[in-house]
Amino acid sequence: MEPNSPTPPAETVTPTRRVFFRWLTGAVGAAAAAILGFPVVRYFLGVRERPAQWVTLGPLADFPPNETRMITFDNPLGQAWDGITARTGVFVRYEGQTEDSADQFRVLAVNCAHLGCPVSWFPQSGLFMCPCHGGVYYANGEHASGPPPRGLFHCVWRVQDGQLQVQAPHYPTLQDTLEDTA
Amino acid sequence: MVRLLKALGNWLDARLGFRETLLPMMRHPIPKAVEGPMGWWYVFGSASLTFFIIQVVTGIGLALVYVPSADQAYQTLLYLDYDQPLGWFLRALHYYAGSGMVVMLLVHMTQVFLQGAYKYPRELTWVLGVLLLLCTMGMFFSGQILRWDPDAYWGLAVAGAMAGRVPVIGPWVVHLLLGGEIIGADSLSRFFTLHVFVIPAALMFFLAVHLWLVLRCGVSAPPVPGQSVDPATYDAEYHEELKTGVPFLGDALLKDILFSSLAVIAVVAIAAVLGPKGPTGPPDPTLGGANPRPEWPFLWLFALLSLSPPAAETFIILVFPMIVILVLFLVPFFSNRGERAPSRRPVAVLAVIVAYTALGALTYQGATAPWSPAMTAWSGDPIPENMVQQSAPVELQGALVFQYKNCRNCHALEGSWHAHDAQPVDRPGQQRHARRRQHAGLRQTDEPARDDGAGRFSGEPAALGAAGGRGERPFPIREALMPGMSP
Repeated sequence: MEPNSPTPPAETVTPTRRVFFRWLTGAVGAAAAAILGFPVVRYFLGVRERPAQWVTLGPLADFPPNETRMITFDNPLGQAWDGITARTGVFVRYEGQTEDSADQFRVLAVNCAHLGCPVSWFPQSGLFMCPCHGGVYYANGEHASGPPPRGLFHCVWRVQDGQLQVQAPHYPTLQDTLEDTA
Repeated sequence: MVRLLKALGNWLDARLGFRETLLPMMRHPIPKAVEGPMGWWYVFGSASLTFFIIQVVTGIGLALVYVPSADQAYQTLLYLDYDQPLGWFLRALHYYAGSGMVVMLLVHMTQVFLQGAYKYPRELTWVLGVLLLLCTMGMFFSGQILRWDPDAYWGLAVAGAMAGRVPVIGPWVVHLLLGGEIIGADSLSRFFTLHVFVIPAALMFFLAVHLWLVLRCGVSAPPVPGQSVDPATYDAEYHEELKTGVPFLGDALLKDILFSSLAVIAVVAIAAVLGPKGPTGPPDPTLGGANPRPEWPFLWLFALLSLSPPAAETFIILVFPMIVILVLFLVPFFSNRGERAPSRRPVAVLAVIVAYTALGALTYQGATAPWSPAMTAWSGDPIPENMVQQSAPVELQGALVFQYKNCRNCHALEGSWHAHDAQPVDRPGQQRHARRRQHAGLRQTDEPARDDGAGRFSGEPAALGAAGGRGERPFPIREALMPGMSP
């Protein structure tokens, strides 16, 4: 104890009590922040997972060989209040049968692999063209020209009871293509 | 009555204490020159603030009617445009005052930069100003999304595709941005929340700090060539200058009020004449012929993404904006002393000229360039027989590739096939073509490409006959053909 100090001797007793309450307050505060923070942060950063869903595009007879047509459907991956934005289009092309008589389809997402804009199919030219930055693709989805770093995204399809079905496509991006969900 | 009001005022001030705290602050002296003609340079910040207040008021008005639900947003916009009295005007005003705010911010920022007003001790004021610019750009982008039309939908798609390029966590970022697996209701709710709650809250906070700093650090005196800023002596010099100063809340504000009034009149007139912007159509992603364009503050980036080499693209999307923002933040730390007058700072002037020239040129390109050729003259017709008569077998194969790859869609044919000069290239045509990313962007005419007059294509047909021209193995035509496109 310094000489002439105005501090009462009680000071030597209280710190332990005061220190204890400082720690206690800190601990309770941290606990409150944690139980509040975890669910809230998880809510904000959480990702909703949905099981893969199959959409029927139509009977096989609807798809003449080597003809690309756009089929539209309401995407089941969305919400009930999606309205018109739930509508999804895919380009379907029947490519005949393989040697073991299995039907071969090519189902392509409309989103350009460059920045996601909607490509259009030009039957007379046999090319998909993107209006945004001039990406061009061949009928099989392969990249032909323009800035896209890859071909169009392929949807996963199957034939069930004579119907062509496709796995409802999420919004495809370079690291999250549609093939991966198969 | 007057006595009663005075009593009320006294009662309030006894508790609030504004007369002792706020009033002296508002009446604090600013350099006398600001009251002179040079004061006209100081009006752009307050004009931005005026536009921001209009945005708040019109935004609240629009939120009274607008429903941020993917299945109803479009109808409520149409209702605002056609049925709600003056709804069209509020929508127009909200758009053009927002545009005006961006313009005023840029002019304000340019003025502060050119006149060195960001130098000591106002570095932090500049940093807050950059944050305000970022918030405003965020408001512009999220606001465009709320206009739930094809441009909004595909704007989200482009934003998602950009986010998807983030290494490793790209897919998660996309999901976070869109709020779900597809672009739809969750995405709209998300951007509504950003536009109405998150960004405005951040913007108002930054604005409060920015204005506090303006009061605290004082308004900079108009620059005088030869009078340079030295942090060691600046405070004393500024203090000396203020001894002849004029009050902040006084006649110096007249110019601001007059300019803001004129700006408001201009924006109201533009809104009334041009009317509301969009919505251009229902946000139906299956509608063909969509030609999405971003709002004008982002057109330069849109153009840059088409003109840049593909190898640099991910860099331009992810890193380049960060560099620009970082450089903007660091401006006052690179040079917080020295000359302030633009006549003594040629590099600063040059930087402004270069930046605006680049932005202007890119914006013009983004607004006008049809990156995709207008498909009114495509041609899937076979190559005329007389062109391939007397062609060598390898040249015939090249003609087949030309046919099946639909090259005639963009490239014209003239003369005879074998007359085309085969330029040696080291790869099959298909790959070379694919490497040339800007290919489609080169042709922007409505008609097929013309022969260049020398019996050659103006495009790049040289690759087609290349294998033969060099006497290498014949062009691998079977591989080049598309599956499902049998001859």
